[in-house]
Amino acid sequence: MREMIVSELSQALHEMARGFAHFLPRIIVMLILAALGWVIAYVVKVVLRSILRLVKFDKLSENAGASQLLSKAALPSPAEVLSRFVFWIAWLGFILLGVSGLGILGLQEQVARFFLFLPRLFVAMFIMFFGLLAASFFSRAALLAAVNANVPSPRVLSLAVRSIIIVFVLSIVFEELGLAEQTMLVAFGIAFGGLMLGLAIAFGLGSRDLARRFLEKKIVRGRKEENEDELSPL
Amino acid sequence: MAEESYLTDDFLRQLMNVGEVDILVGLPTHNNAKTVGSIVHTIQSGILRGFPRERAVIINADGGSRDGTPELVTGVSIDDVRPASNLQALRTLHSISTKYASSPRSASGAFRTILAAAELLRPKACVVMSPESANIQPEWLSKLLRPIFDEGFDLVTPIYRRHKFQGLLITNLLYPMTRALYGLRIREAYSPEFGFSGRLGSQFLGQNVWNDETEGAGVELRFTLAAITGKYRICQSFLGDKDRIERPAIDLVPALRQTAGALFSALEPDFPVWSVVTGSQPATATGSDQEVLLKALRVNRKRLREMFLAGIAELESVFQSILSPSTLAELQSMAHLGEEEFRYPAELWVRTVYEFAASYQKSVISRDHIIQALAPLFRGRMFTFLTENRNVSAGDVEKNIEDLCLEFERLKPYLLQLWKTRE
Repeated sequence: MREMIVSELSQALHEMARGFAHFLPRIIVMLILAALGWVIAYVVKVVLRSILRLVKFDKLSENAGASQLLSKAALPSPAEVLSRFVFWIAWLGFILLGVSGLGILGLQEQVARFFLFLPRLFVAMFIMFFGLLAASFFSRAALLAAVNANVPSPRVLSLAVRSIIIVFVLSIVFEELGLAEQTMLVAFGIAFGGLMLGLAIAFGLGSRDLARRFLEKKIVRGRKEENEDELSPL
Repeated sequence: MAEESYLTDDFLRQLMNVGEVDILVGLPTHNNAKTVGSIVHTIQSGILRGFPRERAVIINADGGSRDGTPELVTGVSIDDVRPASNLQALRTLHSISTKYASSPRSASGAFRTILAAAELLRPKACVVMSPESANIQPEWLSKLLRPIFDEGFDLVTPIYRRHKFQGLLITNLLYPMTRALYGLRIREAYSPEFGFSGRLGSQFLGQNVWNDETEGAGVELRFTLAAITGKYRICQSFLGDKDRIERPAIDLVPALRQTAGALFSALEPDFPVWSVVTGSQPATATGSDQEVLLKALRVNRKRLREMFLAGIAELESVFQSILSPSTLAELQSMAHLGEEEFRYPAELWVRTVYEFAASYQKSVISRDHIIQALAPLFRGRMFTFLTENRNVSAGDVEKNIEDLCLEFERLKPYLLQLWKTRE
């Protein structure tokens, strides 16, 4: 009996030692991959930061309104945030590559899903950035056109343009990320429909006095200006 | 000759049939059927009176009119003019019409077509006439062509008799700024009528101004600036009344694109020239160098101020990108003044314009948005100009314009500083 216990224990110890010996190189490979990944991710970060500075990415982000969002959240410049983000993604990728090399079944599936998710994440970020840029450009264009056409409440018009574009962009981003697609579809429908209804109500009911004044001003001015000389700037 | 590919085969065939000419009259049109017939008559009459022995051609570059404008141009016979004027031309006067672009929005297309035709026909002198000038006179052709034909000038710009409140964009921005930067006092650097030599036309045709971001807006101004920077011989010729009052005024924003936009975009390539110029010299002028009409006009000044105030209130975020904090603060404090006290001083106006020019160069936001943002501020300046010159003599109006010009010249180092340092 005693011999049997000793034999089982020594066999268990032996198997554990063999398992450890089998596992140790993989851990070493994982650590090497993590260290190598850090170096590569750091180099990528430095190169990316230089490229972004060269193409004046911060100025572009300022135009998109992304810089203001980041500064409100006490975060560094958009070029710095993006290069840090890419650093962490790259390093995490190497670490997960090492983890998958350990041969743990459940983890391998999760790591594969992470790598499949990466391209969608980058596409979503790309859409988000250029969506913000477009929202900023078109809202400013609407603001300037409304001010120069003497339209009442130009900022409301500009805000409406920005909101519509951002809602639209967010719905595309969530769809790209595959996050709660059905919920997002319904939420987009509700938000977009609500926005349109709100605008209609605001103009038709909430701003009826404004609309009346606007129309009166238009008609009255039209009559008044018949008796005024027009100045040609050229 | 590379421009030949820009012209249609049919147009080239017609040009070859005409052969070399002495005078080329360019007439850009787009739906001008109401006026173009009388304009062509006047042009033909001007050629008969001033150049009966010279070979002449009228080139109509049309932007796709749907009202029969090209047919009207080519259908006008010189025989209709002869009995009235009792004059005889010794040469055939050709009229050719061509469509320059599928879209009339391509603003520079007409002028480019005229220049390309001029390069092929090798005229001694060319003139561009506006199809909208209701009061064009036959003598205008001689006044714009003679200095080139007889005295060897390369560019003849017009001087008009204007009402003191007409052309405020010219008097408050374009003339003073062009003069301060380029050092030559040309009253109408942007005009629909002007004369030029074949060599200036060929040189400009080869320049890279046709496909830039301004989409050809204000190409006539770029032409004048090219003549100055190329050290061509320039003179001004007094034509007469500029008839603008009865016609609907052009919108301010397109006018700003054609003038301020074209000038700002020219500043970057022309920097080596204008950065070393100090002061300004008068340009040679034939006839009167300026005439101002003083008849009373009913102008809605209140609306100008209201639109300035709306711009200041609504566009703060846009102005923060373009203007320096001190200039913006001064403009905002101006907005609190009552109608009687409201005044947009010349010095502040000049600083505003120079900061807009520097921001345009740095593209702090979309360049077209920068030009649009200038419109409400210009309305504020218009209000001040109208107020200051309401009850003054023609001499005082001229003095006020001269003072503004000197302010632009005095503050030129400020623009240079902005140009070199602003991030």
